[in-house]
Amino acid sequence: MSPQKLATDAEITWCPGCGNFAILNSIKPVLLELDEDGTLPLENVVLVSGIGCHAKIVDYIGANSFYSIHGRTIPVATGIKLANPDLTVICFAGDGDAYAEGLSHLIFAAKRNVDITTIIHDNRVYGLTTGQYTPTSPTGFKGKSTPDGLDVLPFNPLGLVFNSGGTFVSRGYSHGIDLLKEIFKEAILHRGFSFVDVLQVCVTFFNMYSYYNQHVYRLEDHDPLDRDMAREKIEEWDYNSESPIPLGIFYEEEAQTYGDNFLKYDLKDVDREQEIMRILERYI
Amino acid sequence: MNEFSVLVGGRAGDGINEAGILIARIFNQLGYHLFQYYDYPSLVRGGHNFSIVRASKKKIGAHCDNVDFILALNQDTIDRHEERLKEGGLLICDSVEVKSDVPKSIGFPLKEIVEEADAPLVARNTCLIGAFCKAAGINWDVLEIVLRKEIPKEIEANLKVARKGYDEAEEQVKAEMFDHPCCPVITGNEIVGLGLLRGDLDAYVAYPMTPSSGVLHSLAGYADNFSIKVVHPENEIAAILMALGFAYAGKMVATGTSGGGFCLMNEGFSLAGMAELPIVVVMAQRPGPSTGVPTYTTQSDLHFVMNAGQGEFTRLVIAPGDAEQTYFWAAFALKLAWEYQAQVVLLTDKALGESAYNLDLDQVEVMAKADPALWSNEGSYNRYATSETGVSPMAFPPQKGQAIKVNSYAHLESGITTEDPVVVTKNQDKLLLKEKSLIAGLKKYPTVNVYGNAQARTALLCWGSNKGVCAELGEKLGLRVVQPVVLNPFPAEKFQEAIKGAEKVISVENNSTGQLARLVQGRGFSVDETILKYDGRPFSVEDLDQKLKVVTI
Repeated sequence: MSPQKLATDAEITWCPGCGNFAILNSIKPVLLELDEDGTLPLENVVLVSGIGCHAKIVDYIGANSFYSIHGRTIPVATGIKLANPDLTVICFAGDGDAYAEGLSHLIFAAKRNVDITTIIHDNRVYGLTTGQYTPTSPTGFKGKSTPDGLDVLPFNPLGLVFNSGGTFVSRGYSHGIDLLKEIFKEAILHRGFSFVDVLQVCVTFFNMYSYYNQHVYRLEDHDPLDRDMAREKIEEWDYNSESPIPLGIFYEEEAQTYGDNFLKYDLKDVDREQEIMRILERYI
Repeated sequence: MNEFSVLVGGRAGDGINEAGILIARIFNQLGYHLFQYYDYPSLVRGGHNFSIVRASKKKIGAHCDNVDFILALNQDTIDRHEERLKEGGLLICDSVEVKSDVPKSIGFPLKEIVEEADAPLVARNTCLIGAFCKAAGINWDVLEIVLRKEIPKEIEANLKVARKGYDEAEEQVKAEMFDHPCCPVITGNEIVGLGLLRGDLDAYVAYPMTPSSGVLHSLAGYADNFSIKVVHPENEIAAILMALGFAYAGKMVATGTSGGGFCLMNEGFSLAGMAELPIVVVMAQRPGPSTGVPTYTTQSDLHFVMNAGQGEFTRLVIAPGDAEQTYFWAAFALKLAWEYQAQVVLLTDKALGESAYNLDLDQVEVMAKADPALWSNEGSYNRYATSETGVSPMAFPPQKGQAIKVNSYAHLESGITTEDPVVVTKNQDKLLLKEKSLIAGLKKYPTVNVYGNAQARTALLCWGSNKGVCAELGEKLGLRVVQPVVLNPFPAEKFQEAIKGAEKVISVENNSTGQLARLVQGRGFSVDETILKYDGRPFSVEDLDQKLKVVTI
């Protein structure tokens, strides 16, 4: 099967050079590979997106999808996973989506270790609303709502997810498809809450290509099972200061996932009417 | 005697609700019909809680202000409620805590009695209930059966405490015995839960909010019995969005909240409208605006729920008014949600949800299982395929070779986004067509009920929890009582039929503006008077009776 097989009729409306293409062109071959080798049949995959430039990705992939609303990908994905644990649910969310409007959901998903994958199209600017700061924009960022420059610090989203209990914490970059594919595949196969922050460049409102190209490097000699080492590498770059930017899988841990307790309910067949009568007996 | 009203009062934490339920269950054993009103402020310990249990030979759905017995654990109870005690009524109280010059009273040193019996402090109630049973001429055996059933822990000590009360009191009246227990005594919220289960609920996702939490608690308690998934997420926004995830995956799901929580759910509700995902929201009203009066009742959110969420889509609003209606419509709400891919609000309130009733399942119409339109497995799947009814067949992942795409955006039949003006218009027309099908489908169901004298020229309009008190007074005073259960889309034809020939129409509501009156007036029906109560308390029988006398004279 070729990546074309996953294409749809939808016209792609991202700007030329948009970092979202890298995410689209990485996820499609990963899904096809997993389908072909029998690891993950494509029909078992559900893609969920929020609102913003990133969200259009689900229109461009011929797979199950739930195009939801701003900030709410994670609760939708959680519901789908809890409803049917046989499905593999992948969220695509923007930085405004996941870190501003829907931050509580991100933290809770990490805390619960729900078995979904969340890929953040982190371009550090609101694109579709034409250029305002987001929670990961650097101090001094001049956007349409902060013309004099942003006077607060950004979040380090990896730190947030790591400290909230996420069991797969990683960072990719839209210039570097091979690494993205590698991370996506591992994230999807990881059992638990997988988090991928993709430094995805918005060429129109915040073109960081040359800055990132100068600063990114790939994690080497790193043991993602080592919590201390992971913390150190997660904290190496704070999304604000000038420093090297590590890419790759920072942390991975096996742990119980949210909804494991529900598995017992998927097979049981109950005579509802009889059970209601039995319960009502107690109330007489 | 064949009708009793009993008030039990004390502090929060004294087990007042439980005491009320015990008394209700005792009367139930004698074959009475029951209603319990429970009144409590928003605090965990202290304050003043009281229950009024009314037992009657006939089916009832409202409490009375005037009572035959007061069971007082503290002074507050008698100070606040002495005037409710009928002439010749009996006060049964804690003799150390309560000083009163009520003519007929009996007191017990409750703390001493429970200590002597080595019973927990909360067993003080049991002594009062023991004394009450003797005074009401109820056999000890009946009391013992109920206590053994209801009190799983330290039952022997409790029985000792009850016996003390029973032995020391004197019989005042003889409670008539009827047949046998008619049916279970259960709160409205628990009935909502059982109704949803009867409607094949697979999952319930909710964040706690009074007065809806009882639904969450009872369903969480039944999760194992029914193999359902009950989730309490981080907030109401997550609750409805998770619920929509369940719906997408093919699971029959509901959520529940009160007004404040439903404000947060509005964006998700609108998403469900656009994406055509079936959802039932149990919306238990409490007085607002904002925090309002959290543990009390109101009917002030009718127009809110009818208009909740942006955009034009059908909000199916159902407001049941008694135990049997609640059971039927909770189940039926799920069926309708799935058959019409509809967004349904089951509109209740504190009075309906937290009062206790007899649930008589023999009075509930037989229900067929939900029969949603499902994809035939032929050709390629389009989630929003055009159909004659506006309802597109559903499919749920996994479906080999198919992509099941739902969308909050305007969309093509495939579920892929579009902004094309022709398709945008088609999307909206599809939703309108679906509403027409829903209205047609609802015609065969009891969407408008009539009680009392159906020919009477004076008609009471009521909705939701006021059905009980209105129906009772309609019977007594020979008035016509019209109760629309489905409020949106409004069942105009049935309502027209029900109200035909009425010369004076009086709308009885727990709000300050007459929301049902406004709704029916908007449909061209006239309303001559309103009787409105908006102090957070439901109408009692006497209360409405008096107000009716003023407007019907």
